[in-house]
Amino acid sequence: MASTSASAFEYAPAPESRSVVDIAPSYGLFIDGEFTEAADGKVFKTVSPSTEEVLSEIAQAGEADVDRAVKAARKAFEKWSALPGSERAKYLFRIARIIQERSRELAVLETLDNGKPIKETRDADLPLVAAHFFYYAGWADKLDHAGFGANPQPLGVAGQVIPWNFPLLMLAWKIAPALATGNTVVLKPAETTPLSALFFADICRQAGLPKGVVNILPGYGDTGAALVAHPDVNKVAFTGSTAVGKAIARQVAGTDKKVTLELGGKGANIVFDDAPIDQAVEGIVTGIFFNQGQVCCAGSRLLVQESVQDELMDSLKRRLSTLRLGDPLDKNTDIGAINSAEQLSRITTLVEQGEAEGAERWSPACELPSSGYWFAPTLFTNVTQAHTIARDEIFGPVLSVLTFRTPEEAVAKANNSQYGLSAGIWTEKGSRILAVASKLRAGVIWSNTFNKFDPTSPFGGYKESGFGREGGRHGLEAYLDV
Amino acid sequence: MSDRLSVFKTYKLYVGGKFPRSESGRVYEVTDSKGKWLANAPQGSRKDARDAVVAARKAFGGWSGATAYNRGQILYRIAEMLEGRKDQFVREVADAEGLSKSKASVVVDAAIDRWVWYAGWTDKIAQVVGGANPVAGPYFNLSSPEPTGVVTVLAPQESSFLGLISVVAPVIATGNTAIVVASEKSPLPALSLGEVLATSDLPGGVVNVLSGRTAEIAAPLAAHQDVNAIDLAGADDVLAKELEIAAADNLKRVLRPQPVDYNETPGTERLTAFLETKTVWHPTGSLGASGSSY
Repeated sequence: MASTSASAFEYAPAPESRSVVDIAPSYGLFIDGEFTEAADGKVFKTVSPSTEEVLSEIAQAGEADVDRAVKAARKAFEKWSALPGSERAKYLFRIARIIQERSRELAVLETLDNGKPIKETRDADLPLVAAHFFYYAGWADKLDHAGFGANPQPLGVAGQVIPWNFPLLMLAWKIAPALATGNTVVLKPAETTPLSALFFADICRQAGLPKGVVNILPGYGDTGAALVAHPDVNKVAFTGSTAVGKAIARQVAGTDKKVTLELGGKGANIVFDDAPIDQAVEGIVTGIFFNQGQVCCAGSRLLVQESVQDELMDSLKRRLSTLRLGDPLDKNTDIGAINSAEQLSRITTLVEQGEAEGAERWSPACELPSSGYWFAPTLFTNVTQAHTIARDEIFGPVLSVLTFRTPEEAVAKANNSQYGLSAGIWTEKGSRILAVASKLRAGVIWSNTFNKFDPTSPFGGYKESGFGREGGRHGLEAYLDV
Repeated sequence: MSDRLSVFKTYKLYVGGKFPRSESGRVYEVTDSKGKWLANAPQGSRKDARDAVVAARKAFGGWSGATAYNRGQILYRIAEMLEGRKDQFVREVADAEGLSKSKASVVVDAAIDRWVWYAGWTDKIAQVVGGANPVAGPYFNLSSPEPTGVVTVLAPQESSFLGLISVVAPVIATGNTAIVVASEKSPLPALSLGEVLATSDLPGGVVNVLSGRTAEIAAPLAAHQDVNAIDLAGADDVLAKELEIAAADNLKRVLRPQPVDYNETPGTERLTAFLETKTVWHPTGSLGASGSSY
């Protein structure tokens, strides 16, 4: 890696300034427009995964706080849902604009709390967050034309639980369509990344959003479970692990709660022998090393046609040797920190299992920083479909490489998964793209590209990757009584 | 002639295009609304349910891969076949639901018309719920609906024919394959429907009809790892909750029971309940600029 190798290109440090963001020593829960302590006074610390520095102390919501927040959201629902759509739209447009104004601050904040590189938060997360609010703002007064019949009604109070991999973007995916359709929300950010959601509370204040329309409850899994279980919650939206998704599906059984689940994946990135190799290599890198591979739709299984395997692997290894791992705030950093010690240990365990089961492990020469949570980009070759690393979601910078001979075999292997979230196809032949895409059982397919997102584009999975769609016209359905 | 002894029909399951008895060898008595014996219906078992899943999975590739136009013609053919056997179904529905001949006739007419309605949907639903998305970049981005897969359908308990068809037709119209658990009390119209389906160019295994105890057959289907979705129309609240919990194990799509007036023209809800949305991104490249973006 760049930090150790005597590369032709040496880079001077280029850190983004931290001074743009002011993190308070402590934050409360955001309920009914006010920051407040947890009823039982509990707090937890959030740390920077790249340095293990404590960033702030956060109030930890318990059952009583969940109840308080749901009551506030219920109370706010009456007026919010009765507002003309055009007025709700203007609040959301305001929020989109304020996010654009404060995007550098939020990007630095997100990088500090999450550990991902600043070039990602600055160029991907934040622009998409603003775009998502801007997109759904426009729907608020056009719901009659969305294809769900005349005057579609909101559901009520939405309980939303989001993960730590794209903290503010997942918040946007949840809150923007919920508010546009007239619902009010109680949102629980992940315990390792609560800060951007709490800054969002301040954005709601600046936008003049009525009290109680958005409530933010930091906490752990038990907070999320209490929110999902609350009898006055009408809608549950969850992004996270398949195991928790299944628990939620069981929990809401027999109720009237509408549910959408966006869960795990084991995306197949399929490279045919006629693919443009250099572009495919970039796509493979984007597919599995974007956000340290902590992406539900990551292209974590590389399926390469046998005849180009050697050429592709040589190029890929050469490319990985140029990736720069280190300070996430450095503008030249490609690979940041793993989000938490817990996630790092999960990745480590699965990688050790991969080796134990006989797959061949490779990483570029790479010096890891002495503090913080880090994992070098890793490839596994000689992987079979039975290997754990070919089946389980690792959620880290680890790519499992398998081979195939015919398009039929590629499709069969790609579909041989409990998941069905994403896939990639690399070939110059247009008809093959369409034929293969039509056979893949996955919700999002990228041909000759990977990990592209847009607020107009529905996102979500087949099979055990969950159900419901976020984004686009389709994303409205999750928050309407239709 | 009038005192001729009639020929009874042995009612059988319909699985994989064939008419087996229950592998369990069990039958149960089916009576009309006044308690008069009508027939012995097969009392399907867990094994019958599993066989039906195998048949439905096997049929999925061909049926989901058929053109929408072809599926529409086959659904229309089912209506044609039903029209020709209308008298039989009027009699069976009258017996099953305690209706007069004329009222049963109205129900059967509505059921035939429902097939026609859904036959017309097969090649339209993708245009209504899919489409291109105007993403901010040089990509052509298209969302299309695709069938969820193998769907278990618990047919309504009361509306033994119109209700049955109202829940089965939308499932197969979009390319899913179905395992249908007939009304427990009134399974005969559903079992006879199997005979119509078998002569309507519908490939074997696309619709499989089981009769018996709903709770007994539904439990293994709700838990089955190769079933992708379940329509709980025919389950009471207690059973529906149990089945929804079992269905969570492989995250089946679940359509909960809800009050439905089957006489009303349906909306698209039962079509979209068992559809996935697939979104494919294609680079568009660019012409005329200096160099290609692709």
